[in-house]
Amino acid sequence: MTMMNVGRPTRPEGDVTASATSLTGGRGLLQDEALIFELGGWDKTGVDLPAPEADASDLGGLVRDDLALPGLSEPEAVRHYVRLSQKNHAIDLALYPLGSCTMKHNPRLNEKAARLAGFADLHPMQPEATVQGALALMDRLAHWLKTLTGMPAVALSPKAGAHGELCGLLCIKAAHEAAGQGHRRTVLVPTSAHGTNPATAAFVGYSVTEIAQTPDGRVDLTDLEAKLGPDVAAIMVTNPNTCGLFERDILEISRLTHQAGAYFYADGANFNAVVGKVRPGDLGVDAMHINLHKTFSTPHGGGGPGAGPVVLSQALAPFAPAPWVVSGPDGLRLQEHDTGFGRMSAFHGQMGMFVRAYAYMLSHGADGLRQVAEDAVLNANYIKARLSGVMSAAFPDGPCMHEALFDDAWLEGTGVTTLDFAKAMIDEGFHPMTMYFPLVVHGAMLIEPTETESKAELDRFCEALLALAAAAKAGDVERFKGAPFLAPMRRLDETLAARKPKLVWRNDTEGVAPAP
Amino acid sequence: MRYLPLTPADRAQMLGVIGAPDVDALFEDVPAAARKADLFDLPLHAGELEVERELGALAAMNRPAGAGPFFCGAGAYRHHVPATVDHIIQRSEFLTSYTPYQPEIAQGTLQVLFEFQTQVARLTGLEVANASMYDGSTACAEAVMMAQRVTRREKAILSGGLHPHYAATTQTIAHAEGMEIVRQGVGIDAEAAVIDLIDDETACVVVQTPNVFGVATDVSKIAEAAHAKGALLIVVTTEAVSYGLLKSPGAMGADIAVAEGQSIGNGLNFGGPYVGLFAVREKLVRSMPGRLCGETVDAEGRRGYVLTLSTREQHIRREKATSNICTNSGLCALAFSIHLSLLGGTGLKQLAALNHARARALKAAVEAAGLEVLTPRFFNEIAVRTPGPAAALVDDLLADGIVAGVPFSRLDPAAGMDDVLLLAATETTTPEDIAALKAALERRLAR
Repeated sequence: MTMMNVGRPTRPEGDVTASATSLTGGRGLLQDEALIFELGGWDKTGVDLPAPEADASDLGGLVRDDLALPGLSEPEAVRHYVRLSQKNHAIDLALYPLGSCTMKHNPRLNEKAARLAGFADLHPMQPEATVQGALALMDRLAHWLKTLTGMPAVALSPKAGAHGELCGLLCIKAAHEAAGQGHRRTVLVPTSAHGTNPATAAFVGYSVTEIAQTPDGRVDLTDLEAKLGPDVAAIMVTNPNTCGLFERDILEISRLTHQAGAYFYADGANFNAVVGKVRPGDLGVDAMHINLHKTFSTPHGGGGPGAGPVVLSQALAPFAPAPWVVSGPDGLRLQEHDTGFGRMSAFHGQMGMFVRAYAYMLSHGADGLRQVAEDAVLNANYIKARLSGVMSAAFPDGPCMHEALFDDAWLEGTGVTTLDFAKAMIDEGFHPMTMYFPLVVHGAMLIEPTETESKAELDRFCEALLALAAAAKAGDVERFKGAPFLAPMRRLDETLAARKPKLVWRNDTEGVAPAP
Repeated sequence: MRYLPLTPADRAQMLGVIGAPDVDALFEDVPAAARKADLFDLPLHAGELEVERELGALAAMNRPAGAGPFFCGAGAYRHHVPATVDHIIQRSEFLTSYTPYQPEIAQGTLQVLFEFQTQVARLTGLEVANASMYDGSTACAEAVMMAQRVTRREKAILSGGLHPHYAATTQTIAHAEGMEIVRQGVGIDAEAAVIDLIDDETACVVVQTPNVFGVATDVSKIAEAAHAKGALLIVVTTEAVSYGLLKSPGAMGADIAVAEGQSIGNGLNFGGPYVGLFAVREKLVRSMPGRLCGETVDAEGRRGYVLTLSTREQHIRREKATSNICTNSGLCALAFSIHLSLLGGTGLKQLAALNHARARALKAAVEAAGLEVLTPRFFNEIAVRTPGPAAALVDDLLADGIVAGVPFSRLDPAAGMDDVLLLAATETTTPEDIAALKAALERRLAR
């Protein structure tokens, strides 16, 4: 029998190398997606509800008549958000080397656990007798955090790292006031600190003094000693610091701080580097927030929600905010009042994050968490070693901790900036590293791989960066200046956005379906 | 260990490339005295099944709101969330991405934030909203401090109907920044009297509607009085579904509206994570805390979105920032936005009307059972006077499988209102739930 060779062609024909743009402006499956205000119907709804059994006639003039919001049917809504999602990069797609952000794998078990009705469907103010399991979970989480940090107390309620910083500084302020030391008005912050540190100190009314850094990227002890005076309330130190280096003189820093009558606040953003191996309590720390969304892998969610419990030393524990879990004759209960300190937010903290973090801790255990720190540090040092021949490490001598910091000295003369290099990484399928931070390193590129990357993914990442570096040095500037070329969007005009802020969609500017 | 991809062979090979004899060598900068040779006194790693068992056992010790008649409100509300919402927020690209610092590969998150900001602005009747705060209570505290920046005055007046935990949060945070916080005495329907406290030193007046006792108030007169003295009016709402029925803060003259957005798209979660809404008049935008997303164009002229006006923020301004806030509540804002897109204005109005109708049925039932209702005008929540301590009545009714509400004393034990119980009804409250409560109350009160 002879094959009829007149069907669908099975191999490309004609000039297959020619490129084309689409006729409708999209990029294949990546279509421009309209706003819900352009898509939705003003009278449409994607939710079926029963008719109310009574009207609102009893409310008289309190009833509004001006609500114009578009509605989408369920299929339209699903498509809108799925299309939008495809314009996002995510840790589930590739190594996400944002230094200081600890973008590690988010286990799905944790999502499942947090959605159990016994956690997700609990009201914060329902009787304590009906939430004994939730209180037990908070209590156990607190036990793990205290054990891992070697600290005697923890305030669970802060809702994010910066909120934890605020909590810690408020505890410090209260402790000073209780000791007749309320005149202490200064907080010392190293030049390499996260922006939240000085912002938080200023927020609670402290003035901020910067501490110099040594050429090897650590706190300058001489400068610290000179600035530690009777007006200093606290020092805020990140350790490992934002250069990815462990503060070798940390014991001396805490000794000098305490000798001057000040408290030692540690920014725990980089706790992932030492979890299970080093206890901040052994370093003389008085307060430290723990970003559960970093070290303990609760998802970043495109910018929150996070959680920032604060561990406290014996000296600061009496000044912790409400609420906390206490054990009584009838089981566990919440101490919610008469604490003298106040409260950080309306309820008990980020319970949904507590469940996820606790599931993560149980999964890893004492042995696994130690391995987390070791692999995180090993991965960063591996990247540093592989890239150092081509890119310039900011602190080449000695090992780094969980992140590898490069400067832009190696780009000199290429015409390529740190920003260009970072944007070109997008075309190679990677999220850029943290750029231009810490501020103490010129054109900084801060790479944090985390422990959840395989060697193969680390190699793929290093090879992409080495190829880009070779292109930069070979004078292929166009590849960088216009980058990204292959992303859902080209480079965006941030100056325009700030000069003429357009922060909400408005009918009159878009000329589409008017509101009723 | 299932979350750690490196094999022992990988590790050995990588140490070879690094030129380190072992992993401990990489920790050489840690003082020897602080290096722990032994494992910490905690359990060892566990498989997924074992972890699931332990957490399942803890969850089973709790009584979920949906397990029976349930009337708690007071700042957190049980609503039905469409299945679509939870499905979409678990998509990897939304769940496992960072703050959208690289807009070229974060347009999904950014467009959602732009849509969210517009939805919040329209709900609150104000011109501009930010990309969310941690929750309603911290948004309230931030609004008070914003008023200090705008007016350069130090005094904030909190109305007696403000949720006591919002007042405490604001007191804790704003006081530390040097503000004087004046709290009107707790009152069920005393908002109008807050006008008497406003003077030339007042930076802002904070009024909640519906307030913690469920009382809905037209705050227009308070707005006029505040503006006459050069102060700002901050309107707080803890039940965002009420925007579907009640006059918006903006329409009543508010300068800043803050709210707890949990009711839309987000579960109860034992108090968090929630999502704070924050909206202002246009002229105040540069004094606002938090992230803002704005429209712009890319190099090819295509419409896109970026984080903008970041010169207000901590990572640029450091100690001169408008707030120390860094992350917002992105995923909860996404959930809020999806749910609200599904509802639309039409659905939200209908949902709000349904909530109000159920609360009217609840009011009729508790009155028929002999309790005095203290809330004159309400959305979906009422305060009632109980014959003895409200907490004791709640404990009693637990035996009938009913969670009857929140005793006001739980929120503010010092107010001397131990006999006040707060009850809420939503679309999840069935006529059978209300009948069960009525019958149980009649049994208890007859004794």
